Amino acid sequence: MKGTFGRTVRLGIHSLLLHKLRSVLTTLGVLFGVSSVIAMLAIGEGASKKAQDQIRQLGSQNVILRSVKPPEDPVSGGANTRISSYGLLDSDYTRVSTTFPGVKRAIPVRQLQQEVRYGTRVLNPRVLGTVPQYVDVTGRPLYEGRFISDEDQRRVSNVCVLGYEVARFLLPFESPLGKKIKIGADYFTCVGVLLPRVPVGGDQPQPGADVTGEVFLPLETGRKWFGDVQVKIRSGSREMEEVQLHEIIAEVDDPANVPLVASASREMLSRQHKQKDYEVVVPLELLQKAEETKRIFNIVLGSIAGISLLVGGIGIMNVMLATVTERTREIGIRRALGAKKGHIVTQFLVECVILSVGGGVLGVMLGLLIPLYVEHAFEMPTIVTPAAPILAFLISAGIGVVFGLYPAWRAANMDPVEALRHE
Amino acid sequence: MTDPREVQAVAELTDVTRLYKMGQNEVRALDRFSFAFKKGEYWSIMGSSGSGKSTLLNILGCIDRPTTGSYRVRGTEVATMEDDDLSELRSREIGFVFQSYNLIPQLNVLENILVPLFYQDDPPADGEDRAVRLAERVGLGKRLDHRPTELSGGQQQRVAIARALINDPAIVLADEATGNLDSKTALEILALFDELHAEGKTILLVTHEPTVGVRAERTLKLRDGRIDEVRDNRAGVRA
Repeated sequence: MKGTFGRTVRLGIHSLLLHKLRSVLTTLGVLFGVSSVIAMLAIGEGASKKAQDQIRQLGSQNVILRSVKPPEDPVSGGANTRISSYGLLDSDYTRVSTTFPGVKRAIPVRQLQQEVRYGTRVLNPRVLGTVPQYVDVTGRPLYEGRFISDEDQRRVSNVCVLGYEVARFLLPFESPLGKKIKIGADYFTCVGVLLPRVPVGGDQPQPGADVTGEVFLPLETGRKWFGDVQVKIRSGSREMEEVQLHEIIAEVDDPANVPLVASASREMLSRQHKQKDYEVVVPLELLQKAEETKRIFNIVLGSIAGISLLVGGIGIMNVMLATVTERTREIGIRRALGAKKGHIVTQFLVECVILSVGGGVLGVMLGLLIPLYVEHAFEMPTIVTPAAPILAFLISAGIGVVFGLYPAWRAANMDPVEALRHE
Repeated sequence: MTDPREVQAVAELTDVTRLYKMGQNEVRALDRFSFAFKKGEYWSIMGSSGSGKSTLLNILGCIDRPTTGSYRVRGTEVATMEDDDLSELRSREIGFVFQSYNLIPQLNVLENILVPLFYQDDPPADGEDRAVRLAERVGLGKRLDHRPTELSGGQQQRVAIARALINDPAIVLADEATGNLDSKTALEILALFDELHAEGKTILLVTHEPTVGVRAERTLKLRDGRIDEVRDNRAGVRA
């Protein structure tokens, strides 16, 4: 049967074109099946990549200890002025950094409620008091200037480093390096700017602030000027909080030790703190959870895709069975003129595969357009892995073969005499 | 009568019986039927409905097989052939012309003529040239790219005849080939058969119309699955 395959394909296309609307409708099942597979995979992949990036930014080798304000004590709830004291202590930091095996280094972070001002521009960013190692542990890159140095730390200098967003907001048209930035009631010399970071899950923008961002001070400088007690003014009440440290970021020497350090931290904190005024965040655990979520997501997607492709395949089979009945006479003629069973099987199978592959190709195209649209319209990242369209295409071709076999077999096994008599 | 065992017999049936099961009953459509059609002969096969002429046609055309007995086409035994070999034999040795033309609607004239070659294991290289010549031969040389629906009944039947000749078959089987045509067109088609016969083709014309039947050289009349009468029409016509 040399060279006849091309003719069989052409013949199949001819036959399908005789019933254009029917052929197009038949391909829709596979078309939507394939396109939804590709689109959903791309969106899912993009979402999980984004989540993983955020978690990685926290540092997959880090264990983060955070202060959490415990639930209000209902007994003293009536007072409108009080000091609530909670959170991580300097002693916690000392324990983590000196006694924990597996911890390479740990850094303390204090968060201050202070207004930041340059000229007439005012902002309420997160003002963080920390140590020079902060950038190494968190991997935040510098935009310009330098970060807080050991020298600043020792001298308790009035210097600050601005987050990119803060710098852009306060000084839109000039470099902030060397400028005096007013934080609270005092002036701090800006020595550097950090690059922006993708917002991480837990970072909520400060209420009233139209720019989220961060300003960094040397830890002791912050303590010297602003003390441990912070005053929050709310409508009708003044609330004072005493928190020694807001965050301790512990860098672990080996990823394998991360669970160890995490459980040790939890154990230590539960012994030292009477109330649950802390939380332990382990990016690695989050990462594993995210991967697990992604796996489940993929299974669900796969099932949906499988079902829609199955429905598409049944649609093709249904139409092909009708076509075979309708073309009984043609089959009889072809058999009488010398067509072997194999020829008839090939002919109908080729038509099925053309239908399903046609649907598959259109589906791949639509499936590649949907992520583009989603990215554009909803600003969600999407990732089309090259395997997805190829896989979808092969599957659609396979569907044509699987669901075409039975109709083709039925066609081939008709009795030529009966088929010729068929009206 | 000619000797059925002669070498030039192109289609030779020996003791052919064909049984059909109709529920509980067995119908004997052909009953120990023996006959030989020789090369270049032009026969009409006649008989009332139920006489077995359709069954004979199906067996002659190799789309049905005898229940018992032997059928040879150009010396090849057909009764015991595998399905694929039978198909191959049809594509090489049989030319079918049907009452309702039976062209394939999605193919044009040229493609329709080529169908039997398409199914041969080893089709000749010059098939397309032959198809064009045959189309010209039946008067449709200018309509090669027309679809069957764009042709009249007579033209469609001419295409069918060209298709029946493309494989240079041992026998051309025409089943009520003029049954769907008006009398003028029918005469044209019959004239075409006469020409083909003159060119040496072996033609078997199945019909129930006596006026058509007498156009053939000889008539084979069936009744109850047996030969009822064998008549030579030439004597009558020429006399």
